[in-house]
Amino acid sequence: MKKIATALSVMLIAATPFAAQATPDDDLKAFRSYFTKKFPEVPMNDFVNGVYALDASAREQWEAFEEFPSYEIAIDNGEEKFHKKFANGNGYADCFPNYKKGIKQNYPYFDSDSGKVVTMESAINKCRTDNGEKKLKWKKGAMTEISAYLASLSRGHKTNVKVPGDAKAIAAYNRGKKHFYAKRGQLNMACADCHYYYAGNKIRADILSPALGHTTGFPVYRNKWAGMGTLHRRYGGCNKQVRAKPFKAQSDEYKTLEYFHTYMSNGLEINGPSQRK
Amino acid sequence: MAKSSIKVRAKVKKGEAKVKCLISHPMETGLRKNKKTGKLIPAKFIQEVVCESGGKTVMNAQWNATISKNPFLSFAFTGAKSGDTIKVSWVDNTGKSDSTEAKLK
Repeated sequence: MKKIATALSVMLIAATPFAAQATPDDDLKAFRSYFTKKFPEVPMNDFVNGVYALDASAREQWEAFEEFPSYEIAIDNGEEKFHKKFANGNGYADCFPNYKKGIKQNYPYFDSDSGKVVTMESAINKCRTDNGEKKLKWKKGAMTEISAYLASLSRGHKTNVKVPGDAKAIAAYNRGKKHFYAKRGQLNMACADCHYYYAGNKIRADILSPALGHTTGFPVYRNKWAGMGTLHRRYGGCNKQVRAKPFKAQSDEYKTLEYFHTYMSNGLEINGPSQRK
Repeated sequence: MAKSSIKVRAKVKKGEAKVKCLISHPMETGLRKNKKTGKLIPAKFIQEVVCESGGKTVMNAQWNATISKNPFLSFAFTGAKSGDTIKVSWVDNTGKSDSTEAKLK
């Protein structure tokens, strides 16, 4: 079993564009220096604002939105839902004892017991099922409201995702990394094609956002959706746009992608929920 | 009392009050279908939004189904002082209504 695991991780590493044996830390440095060289005029902490760090006219509109953002309704609803007790008398606060201090910055993390990546959304639903409640839908609705409330309490904290030395954790990280750099769909495009190599260029009328800092703002109120959505909802949309079949929200594939993607934004401040066009 | 569906922020600058409101409302056009049952979702949209200040109507908007869900409304009026109260209210096509009061900053 161990042999298979090693063979698999060697294959995964070989499939990625960086040098073999690149540790997550090396990747992070390379990722950072690429974007700081590409956009020397953008201060590091402005990357959290996504495309608005690059596009001045879109930023003007966005700042007007942020003065009275549409996600405030979601935060209020989320607060109400978060503090409502379950039928068995427990509440979300029992699952997330540190929620007031902010917890979003620590998600997703690798759980060595189950050998899986745990996202904040999956932790919210696990809390529900442990207490005998039904799961919430992953991509929109109540889930995004609770997630928005928790994110709003985590604002200002720096993203702090850890990849422990555990072989399984590295494998999960590499799976996400592979997803990010692998071509997919009829258009044969990888996440990296748009959001790494061509970030800042135009795709039709829009400017492509850099992958660095993507994750800090989620969940987002997206004008296109006229509602809230989680990161995995956006991943699905991205995959569809390159004409690939999207994976299921909170599938292992997207969880590991979120793991890699968020790790790349380590040290950037959480500014979710936020408004996007 | 239930939470108000209207959030208001208003500021006065040189005698001109700038008011911003965010209203949570589904704004159903009546033309959308429920995907599962195939039946039309009944129309439910705001028809009138009124803002009063000191007993006088300062803004009156006639809306219809074309306005988006959870609408955002921003307007300005003159002759306001900081500390005045304004009242914003809406009525929808089903006869439901809501209102809230806010102080000008």
